[in-house]
This record gives sequence, C-alpha cells and structure tokens, in this order.
Amino acid sequence: MSLTNQLKNQHLMWRAGFGPAVEQLGDLSKYTPRQFYKALVKASDKKPSFIDVADDYLKGLMMGIEEVGRQQKKEMDQEQRKMVQQKSREGVRNLNMYWMHEMVNTASQLREKMAFFWHGHFACRNLNVFYQQGLLDVIRRNALGNFGDLLKEVSKSAAMLFFLNNQQNRKGQPNENFAREVMELFTMGRGNYTEKDIKEAARAFTGWGANVKGEFVFRRFQHDFGGKTVLGRSGNFDGEDVLNILLEEKQTAKHITGKLYKFLVNEDTDEEKVNWLSDRFYQNNYDISKLLEDIFTSEWFYDEKNIGTKIKSPVELLVGIQRMLPMKLENEEALMLLQRVLGQLLFYPPNVAGWPGGKAWIDSSSLMMRMRIPKLINDADEMNMKPKDDDDTMMGMKDGNTQQKGNNKRTGQGVGGAYAGMRRQVINANVDWSMYVKYYESTPREKLVNTIAEILLQSRNVINNDLIKQYADETGRESFIKTATLQLMSTPEYQLC
Amino acid sequence: MLIKRKEFIQVGSLATASVLVPKFLKAFEAKNMVPPGNKVVVVLQLSGGNDGLNTVIPYRNDLYYKARPKLGIEKGKVLSLTDEVGLNPALTGLKDLYDDGSLGILNSVGYPNPDRSHFRSMDIWHSASQSSDYWTTGWVGRYLDAQCSGCDKPTQALEIDDVLSLALKGEHIKGIAMKDPKRLFGTANEKFFRDVLKNHKDEAGEQPVDYLYKTMAETLSSADYIFQKSRMHPTNAEYPKTDLGNSLKTIASLIFSDINTKVYYVSLGSFDTHINQQPQQQRLFTEMNDAVKAFVKDLKQQNRFEDVLLFTFSEFGRRVQQNASIGTDHGTANNMFFISGGLKQKGVLNAMPDLADLNEGDLKYKVDFKNVYATVLNKWLKADDKSILTKQYDYLNFI
Repeated sequence: MSLTNQLKNQHLMWRAGFGPAVEQLGDLSKYTPRQFYKALVKASDKKPSFIDVADDYLKGLMMGIEEVGRQQKKEMDQEQRKMVQQKSREGVRNLNMYWMHEMVNTASQLREKMAFFWHGHFACRNLNVFYQQGLLDVIRRNALGNFGDLLKEVSKSAAMLFFLNNQQNRKGQPNENFAREVMELFTMGRGNYTEKDIKEAARAFTGWGANVKGEFVFRRFQHDFGGKTVLGRSGNFDGEDVLNILLEEKQTAKHITGKLYKFLVNEDTDEEKVNWLSDRFYQNNYDISKLLEDIFTSEWFYDEKNIGTKIKSPVELLVGIQRMLPMKLENEEALMLLQRVLGQLLFYPPNVAGWPGGKAWIDSSSLMMRMRIPKLINDADEMNMKPKDDDDTMMGMKDGNTQQKGNNKRTGQGVGGAYAGMRRQVINANVDWSMYVKYYESTPREKLVNTIAEILLQSRNVINNDLIKQYADETGRESFIKTATLQLMSTPEYQLC
Repeated sequence: MLIKRKEFIQVGSLATASVLVPKFLKAFEAKNMVPPGNKVVVVLQLSGGNDGLNTVIPYRNDLYYKARPKLGIEKGKVLSLTDEVGLNPALTGLKDLYDDGSLGILNSVGYPNPDRSHFRSMDIWHSASQSSDYWTTGWVGRYLDAQCSGCDKPTQALEIDDVLSLALKGEHIKGIAMKDPKRLFGTANEKFFRDVLKNHKDEAGEQPVDYLYKTMAETLSSADYIFQKSRMHPTNAEYPKTDLGNSLKTIASLIFSDINTKVYYVSLGSFDTHINQQPQQQRLFTEMNDAVKAFVKDLKQQNRFEDVLLFTFSEFGRRVQQNASIGTDHGTANNMFFISGGLKQKGVLNAMPDLADLNEGDLKYKVDFKNVYATVLNKWLKADDKSILTKQYDYLNFI
C-alpha cells in the first residue's frame, strides 16, 4: 500500500519536530517529504538566541556577592540565601515555560526537537537558574552541529560539573561520578570500559570546575598532572584528552546513534540500520545534521512500521496539541502541573540517565490523565490531580496548601514550593479555532470525521467514525469540527505518533 | 466486532455500570481472589528524609546531645522504651504498640555508597538497584511481573495517590494508583472511554497501541473491581480526617474485602527539615501516629492484625549534627518501623547507631534495605525474592 505524502509529512513533523502546526495543514499534501525536510532544515538554520529569564534582583545579588566575595570572602546570610533559592526556582520555572512556548511556536522545529533530545541525553538537575540557562544554551546552539563540540561544552558547563560533583574531584581525592557518567551515559554506554578506565579518567578531570558566574575554570593546583591509561592509551591526559579518546571510540558513535534511532524512528532497534548510520556518523566526524539527513531522507524512515508506533512523551503530547490548536492559557503554570503529573517536567529529569521513555510513560493514572486533557482544555474542568512532592525542588516546603475541603474547590491544591501561587488547577484555555476550522471548509460533511482523524492520528483506521459522530456536537458545522477534534484527541491512538 | 461479554456490577445506590471485559482480562475476573487470612503489606513512605535520630532517640548518649544542643529531645520528654532507647514524644501510639509486642525497630538501614539527593536516593529505594545502577522498574512492580506472568492483575499492588511511584512499575505490569476508589470509578466510567474500548478490536499484539488499550482495559476493569470491593465491607471505625487517615481507612476497607491486593503503598511528607525541624516533624508524626493507631485498632477489631505488616522507610536519614537553622541536612542510614500482629521478633531489633563511628558526620549503614525487601517478599508474600531483586539477599528474622 502506498502511503500519502500527507501521512509521511505528518510523520516527519512529529519525529523531526513537535507535530504539524495548524498553519502547515495546507502544505501537508502539497510537498514531498524530501521538500518538507529541506524546508525544516532551512528553518532551523539560524543560531538560536540565548534564553534569559533570570530575575534582575537575582542578577544584581549574584553580581554583588561576586564583588564582595573578591574583596572579603563574605558569604550570603541565611535570608539572602533563601531569597536566592526561591528566585532561582522561579527562574527555572520561567525557563521551562519559555522553552515550551518556543517548542510550540518556533519554525525551528528540528533544532528544538534535537535540543529536547539532548536535554534528556545530557540530563541534569540543577536549581541554579544561571547554570540551567547556560546548559540549555549549549544544547540549543549545538543541537544540529558537531557532537564532539556539544560533548565538550556540556562537560565544561557549570550545571553538569556541579551536578556530577566534579567540584569535589581533586588530585589525591578523586570523585569518580563525572567520569563514570560521561562514559556510561554521554558517550560509550555501559560495558565498554573497565572500572580502571573510570578511575584513570576521573584523575584527568581533576581541577575542572566552575566559578560563581558559571564560567568554566581549570584549577591547576587541584589537577593531577601524572600519567594515566584510559582505554589502552597512555599519556599525561587532561579532561579534554579523555573526551577526545572517547570520541575516537567507534562505540560512542554507535551508542548515540542507537539512542537517537529509538527517539526518532522506532523503539525497536534495527541493528543493521543503526550500524549503517553510526558508521557514517563516525566517518562524518560526528556531524549531527548529516546523521539526521541520513535518517529523514531515507526510504525506510517512512515505512509503515515506523509510523504511528511511538508513544508521545508528555512534552511531545502537550506541545503537539498546542501546535494544532493555538491557545492562550490564562494559567500557564497548568502546563507545568501537567508535565509533573504525566512524568516529564523539563529541567527535572528523574536522574542522570534521563527519562526512560516508551511504555514507561504509560500507567493507568497517566493514561487516563492524558485522555482527559482535551476535555480540560475545553471545559475549564478541574484537574483534580496532585503531583507528588519533589523534595529537591521544594526544600521541605509544604506542597501548596493542604486541601481545604469543601469550600472553593478550584483553589484546593497547588504544586508547592517552586510553584507557589499556582493554586488554580483549571487550564482556562482560549483556543483560536479559526484557522483550524477554515481548513475543513471544503470537506463534505460526511467526510469530516475521517478527514480530521487523518490529520490528528498517525495510526490508521482504528477509531470508529460513527463513535466519534455519536459524541460530537452536531448542532452546527463548526461545533461539530471542534468537538470531533477534541474527542479524537481523547483516544489512545492520539497518544501515538 | 462482537461484544463478547457484558457484566453488570451492582454498586449500591449508584447507577448500574455496564462493562465490557476484553478477553485477556477474563481470566482475572473469574478467579484468584485472595481469601481472608492472607498476608498483605502496607508500605508507608516518609518522603523527604526523616530524621531518624529524633525518631528513635538514644536518650542516654551524650554524643547525641552534644551534636544537637538545640535540636536534641530532652530525656524527660522522650517516650522511653529501654534504658537507652526512646521514641519521639509524638509517637505515643507506637509506644503502645511496642508495649504490646507489635512494633519492631530496625536501626542503621541503608545501602553502600549512599546518595544524598532526594530523587536519586528515593529511586534507589524504589528500584532496589545498587547506587551505581539506573533501573526503570521498581521492586513492587517486579513483584507484580513475577506473580502475574500470563495473567493481568494490576490490583495486586495499589498506591493511594494520584500518581504512580516507580516502586510499583514493573517491566510488563504496573500497579494502580488511586486516591479514592469512588473517584477512580467515576473517571473510568466516562462513557466515551468505555465506548472507545468497546470499539477496539481486541488484538493481543505487541504494538504500542495494544499496550495502550491493554492499560486502558485494565484500568477500567480495575476501577470497577476496586470500587466494588471497597463497598463490600467498608470500615465503620473512626479515623483522623487527615490525608494519611483517609488513605489508611481506604486500605482497611479493601483489606476487609476479598480483594486480591497484596501490597498497599502510601506516602507522608515532607520530612525535609533543613529549617526549624521540630514543629514540622512533630506535625507529621502526629498525623502518622494518629492514623496508624486508628488503623491498628481497626485491624485488631476485625482480627486481621496478624495478616498485615506495615513498614516505614525514608530515602535517607539526616546528619547527626544539627545545622545553623535548627534543622538537619541530608544524611545516610536510618531506622525503619515494622508494625504487625504477626512479628516474630519485636522491640529494638539491633544495636543503636554508633555515634562515635561516623563517616564524615553521617551514620554508617549496618543493614542493607534490600535484605528487608527480600525478607518481606520471601517470608510474608511467599514470592521469589531472588528473581525480583535479581540477587539473593540474606533474610532477617523479624517475620
């Protein structure tokens, strides 16, 4: 069976981006996937601008501390420390919302999608908003560039150095955390090196740290200048040398390619394809754009078995809905609450291994919540869900307020600490339906459900059209389109792309 | 497609619900009810890192008071259990349980290479991995996998929460999270979801879409089942009107029914007491104490206390030394409570932590928590602990 360009382009948009946007609807069947991909690449060409959400007060305070620190090593007092922590958490929250907004609205879909991949690959928790901004910038700038450059910049970022305890990695008192994760998670993957390699590599990273401004510093007096042997090579290596050795290992290309294949193509790895891709990735000196071109311009990427068979991550789901249905949210923090409840809060990966993905997204609670989202958007319904406390972000503060029974149910539960003030659980979305409805202008009434389903669902012919009709509002054409759309988004099939 | 079977469940005054049960769930609907008398476990997670030293207090140890000039609990206020060991003053109900022979206290529980980050250390406790491993399944989840290969019984492990914890996520089967059986029932009974499920061709395939429908079918079916069971023998006992009180009341009602649930999971927090620890810990302990007290009383009245093992844990203990904000910072080893009418060993099960032998200011662990899991899985739940924990851990003797 030959697949339509529309289906293939939607497939491309879901994998190389966050799904088709409403303004692209008319183009989906007009172009070939190859043309579509070319346009995507072009749109992602320009260098992204630095996302700066940090509070002015915080900036002033940090600068002040730095100044004072130079003169007399004065530390912040307790009040200041508390204030900085709170402002910084607010900053990370703003960073989350800003970036998600970017994912929804930017034409640079390929860049942001790859940045999102690297955000999970170089998973890092850090409550300092300056460090997080810095790391996000590294990832967005290098998302489509050279993996070696990306690896090196991430390894020198304050966020990662602090997160993986490299501040404590000193000559004579090594801390192996950083070296271990660089090998296990960022480059080669488990089972391709020895414990001895880690110990030796850790010595090479001694002295790597960052200052209070988040700039990389090399502390000579903490560095172990002695000889090391890593993966069979010997020399007076420093951190940079070790990263180069890791890049010389073909296994690094293979590990990254395999992970990317799962993310972009199919959870079920096709060894042969991954080997072919990773050989080329290695030969092309880790050029990420070339690897992506190999994937997205291949014929097999558009094979039926790769279409509509991936479970959207919570972020992909939430961004995807907003791309198709542009909306103004009265309560934007609701998006963060949904991220938390569904298990993917940007900037808070579960651990350094990132989000597990695939079937791990789905359990009974998360699936039912996912299928209720369209209704929440439409009805100003209550979410009535309380995410788990996150003690790392909340530092022991009570999660919102405890439930006030009975009165004023809508303001019942907040998400606490970092999200203070976020009491309302109503999404209060104001959807701009005009462009979306207009697209179906010439669709005959009896074909509406089918046409809408073809736009929204990547897995084919599964939903019974009569069922959707039965639940849609048939009093008018426009209301029919809207309600049928929301019903289709409330299905298990919509969880797939 | 054909409608294979319709089942009508009488739900008291509520409307009759029609439920289609996909064929892969039929087996589970029909059999495997656990008869009363069977053992269940209630896991009470103290989130945030509870300060163990102000929970089980070495009230004759000068080093304790020296490290905690402001935070140490005075000798006179401690609920003394032995010449050396006392409980936090808020834990009066646990003191009664101690006197009654239904409390066990295990000191210095932890794991090698402890992590002081909440999420990471909690992950380690949930997954039961080594601290250098990142596992994506939990120990209760793998218990579900092991117990239920070939059958679908996600109700064997229930979490009383809106969101499912890693602990209950298996490779193939995941437990169910719900705050309230009635609300779960309400959500699941949205007619549209029932109809979508009904319209799906039941292909027990391996594709993600099959997994989604399987999860949906399990959820809808479990929602009915749990709700039905929760109304079989709802408890009439008085419980405190707190979150934990409500959760334990829900659990009690389910225990009194013949539901097949073996593990209940519930959390209380936040115990992350960096600042001004005392009032916060006391408030949480009061909630815990009163809820557990009511729960035990209820179980005793229904002659089920011998069948229930409740244990507490926290992702880590706290620093021995108090900090400058009259609180404590993240530490390592910690104590666990075991509460049951069926304990084989009771009271203080091992030595109190040695405050003179610290690792950079933190307690050294003496018992790996995985030994506790192995014991509970093997001796209480009669499960294959070795395959669930992927390693043979020695058993303890408290049950």
